[in-house]
Amino acid sequence: MSEVAPAHTIGGYVPMVDGPEKVSGRAKYTADFIEPGTLAGRIFRSPSSHAEILELDVSAAAALPGVVAVVTGDDCDKTFGVLPVARTEHPLARERVRYRGEPVAAVAAVDDATAAKALKLIRLKVRELPAYYEARDATAPGAVELHPHRKGNIERDVFFELGNVEEGFTQAALVRERRYHCAEVCQNQMEMHAALADYDAVRDRMTVHASTQVPYYVHLMLAQTLDMEMSRIRVVKPHVGGGFGCRTETLNVELIAALLARKAKGRVRIVVNREETFITHRGRPETEIRVKIGLAQDGRITAVDCECWQRGGAHSGYGIVTILYAGSMLYALYDLRRVRYTGKRVLTNTPPCGAFRGHGTVDVRFAFEALLDEMATEMGLDPFAVRRANFLNAPCFTDNDLMVNSYGLPQCLDWVERESGWAERKGKLPKGKGLGMACSHYISGASKPVNWTGEPHATVKLKLDFDGSIVLLTGAAEIGQGSSTILVQAVGEVLGLELSRIRIVTGDSEVVPKDNGSYSSRVTFMVGNAAIEAAQNLKKLLVAAAARKIECRPEDIECLGELYRAGAQDKGLSFDEVVTEALKDSGTITVTGNFSTLPASHGGKKYRGAAIGGTMGYSYSAQVVEVSIDEETGVVTVDKVWVAHDCGKALNRLTVEGQVQGSVWMGMGQAMSEETAYHDGLMLTANMLDYRVPTIQDSPPIEVGIVESNDPHGPFGAKEAGEGSLAAFLPALTSAIADATGLRFNTLPATPDRVYAAIEKRQRDKSAGKAA
Amino acid sequence: MARLLTLVLNGRRRTDAVADNLLLLDYLREVLRLTGTKTGCDGGECGACTVLVDDRPRLSCLTLAASCEGRRVDTVESLARDGKLAAVQQGFHEKLGSQCGYCTPGLIMASEGLLRRNPQPAEGEIREALGSNICRCTGYVKIIEAVQHAARLRAAGAAP
Repeated sequence: MSEVAPAHTIGGYVPMVDGPEKVSGRAKYTADFIEPGTLAGRIFRSPSSHAEILELDVSAAAALPGVVAVVTGDDCDKTFGVLPVARTEHPLARERVRYRGEPVAAVAAVDDATAAKALKLIRLKVRELPAYYEARDATAPGAVELHPHRKGNIERDVFFELGNVEEGFTQAALVRERRYHCAEVCQNQMEMHAALADYDAVRDRMTVHASTQVPYYVHLMLAQTLDMEMSRIRVVKPHVGGGFGCRTETLNVELIAALLARKAKGRVRIVVNREETFITHRGRPETEIRVKIGLAQDGRITAVDCECWQRGGAHSGYGIVTILYAGSMLYALYDLRRVRYTGKRVLTNTPPCGAFRGHGTVDVRFAFEALLDEMATEMGLDPFAVRRANFLNAPCFTDNDLMVNSYGLPQCLDWVERESGWAERKGKLPKGKGLGMACSHYISGASKPVNWTGEPHATVKLKLDFDGSIVLLTGAAEIGQGSSTILVQAVGEVLGLELSRIRIVTGDSEVVPKDNGSYSSRVTFMVGNAAIEAAQNLKKLLVAAAARKIECRPEDIECLGELYRAGAQDKGLSFDEVVTEALKDSGTITVTGNFSTLPASHGGKKYRGAAIGGTMGYSYSAQVVEVSIDEETGVVTVDKVWVAHDCGKALNRLTVEGQVQGSVWMGMGQAMSEETAYHDGLMLTANMLDYRVPTIQDSPPIEVGIVESNDPHGPFGAKEAGEGSLAAFLPALTSAIADATGLRFNTLPATPDRVYAAIEKRQRDKSAGKAA
Repeated sequence: MARLLTLVLNGRRRTDAVADNLLLLDYLREVLRLTGTKTGCDGGECGACTVLVDDRPRLSCLTLAASCEGRRVDTVESLARDGKLAAVQQGFHEKLGSQCGYCTPGLIMASEGLLRRNPQPAEGEIREALGSNICRCTGYVKIIEAVQHAARLRAAGAAP
């Protein structure tokens, strides 16, 4: 007889628990809930970038047969927004419109064609105001303010200097200063925004299905904008077709659907199209960075001076947090002792930006690493050696009070250096080919949530009943990143049970405990820890029941998952027998697991906003990118990427690889092809042809090395895996292009036209030089 | 104008009254409530709505339902048989060719179409066949592995 052993999946290659639904077409997303009697909602959007609303006439639309409800700014005078200090947005504009495409009115009709027809009958009269599409224009003296409480259109001005920066520059062997520019980019997740609102007028209850990463925040903002008690609202998050950050705050779509449903006293579905999804935006802002670094002869960084301007769009969104991250996350990758940071988040008449994967860190990391690479080249230093000269001595606190407990950057560098054959191949590739490298990092959940009322940072419930199945109840939003799989694995691991014993229910406020949502890579770390605690609590009850039945002490019980016994000689009790015994005490068992972050990880107070960046665990990443460049066309082809990611412990190697590959690739899109463009505030790139996402034909092999630094606080030692590898791609690419061509691309994306223009300019300069 | 449309949908003949301008995508999703087929863009940009028409991948958002008269139309819902996922579905599940799952039905149908006409595709042929399907999660590495895995499962007779 083979020995009974607890089931074990942590560290394995585990396909996602919700995979079968997704591959069979059974997974339902918000737009898939199609029921008779549902009204179709459509949004009327501002044709102006900045204007005072003089008159809004919806009477003809309301009178159109088949139209059931029309809502405008008059239907809601409350504002919403993710940050309690910056709730500047109305679901439907009031008095003023601030970007082209801002919702002004909405219609619910018996079908989509009628709703579309009704929109054409809406008349809007405005007085145009000066509109600003660039941060420098919006902050020019005399510019009209978008919001009265934000003087000079500065959403947030950040400044700190830690250590004597000027003294640091005097100690450097080389000081260089460069400017970098990163285009605005969009998440462009595959599922377009959708909301389904069902108002029960008899009971005054609202149910909203939303394609969101943050059902709890949606719940809060629905209560605020509808002026309804939270207890009357239910928020359901069905399957979500990606988010990458654009759904980490409540969007106007879900609020407008609810306003329409209440007015129509019925059920309204809004599925916005791809263009509207782009305009709803919440992408990464256009960013200008000036960075100055001092390097000692041995590669030590002696000082950093960084200035960052972000074009934030017309409303605050996460903006204050984004500009703070950009500064605070200069730290925690290398040992920096003298840093000055100036950040300006600017309000402009463009769609509002938000928290895009790698929130706040990506563009500054690009600039920093790109300059480090350029300086290493100038000084004849190996870029790996420069990084190694600046390692943190973890565990430690950085000068801005960030707590670093585990630090796998050295192993990441070793892995990519070895696997890419860096030492043998760098500088020896054929003409037109190049190798580049860079590093990045990210947080495993913000230690202090933006809406915090003092409760634990994560709560998981487990229910065990007569059927012997364990139901895991969590508000953690599975959006494709695999959070449900990780949580099921965590519970299975503690109890030694096959994953098939465990079912997971997520994202329905009527059933599951509240969760802050899926953002800042918090779920594995925080909710994972809560799931472990819940499973441990359940195990205690089961062990006590088994001990009672076997008539032994609980500490003598050996739990083998499907078998509980008192030593190897005991034939023991099956899991089902233990469950039956355990239920005698209380009937259906429910247990809770909680997780709270350590106060020491909440970040510092050395400057205003210094808490941003605090986390329990930083992930680390190093990358090597190999490129080929066609000088005739300017086309850059990425031949291969080697990426090593320190995720503490890979709870699921399959999903870690998938997350790391996905983030590297998303960095590739930003670095090479993706950018928005506007004409008088009209987004010209609001479709998937003009907004160029890499296709499978453009995408390289991405080899993933998993580094396990075993974080002391992470669940089974784990840290985040889904964001930290994005940023390093950008500078690794430009470093590779520089290796191949000698040209430094400080403006991203490095599209073929930009690359070609630079190559051509160099040739022109050369011939001009010869002629002279 | 409306007309009667007769086609073989997911292996079964059926007849429906459809408007001349009804898109195959809307016929599948809104009329028949076969919501496995997804809408990802404003027309022909993303591939999420890919179905097979007479075994050839087609964008259902650019196809009129009426043009499918007498044809075989297969959606993602048709693939699993006798309680068993098809090889291409197993491939995407086991190799993590699907993360958020939204592009997945389209990619699976494009892959199924490829494997029906070319059971052992080379990597370049997979890239070419899936070139008009956008995925925003995976970086495509595991999608290629998923299709290769599916081809092996089919060759071994392990799955339909």
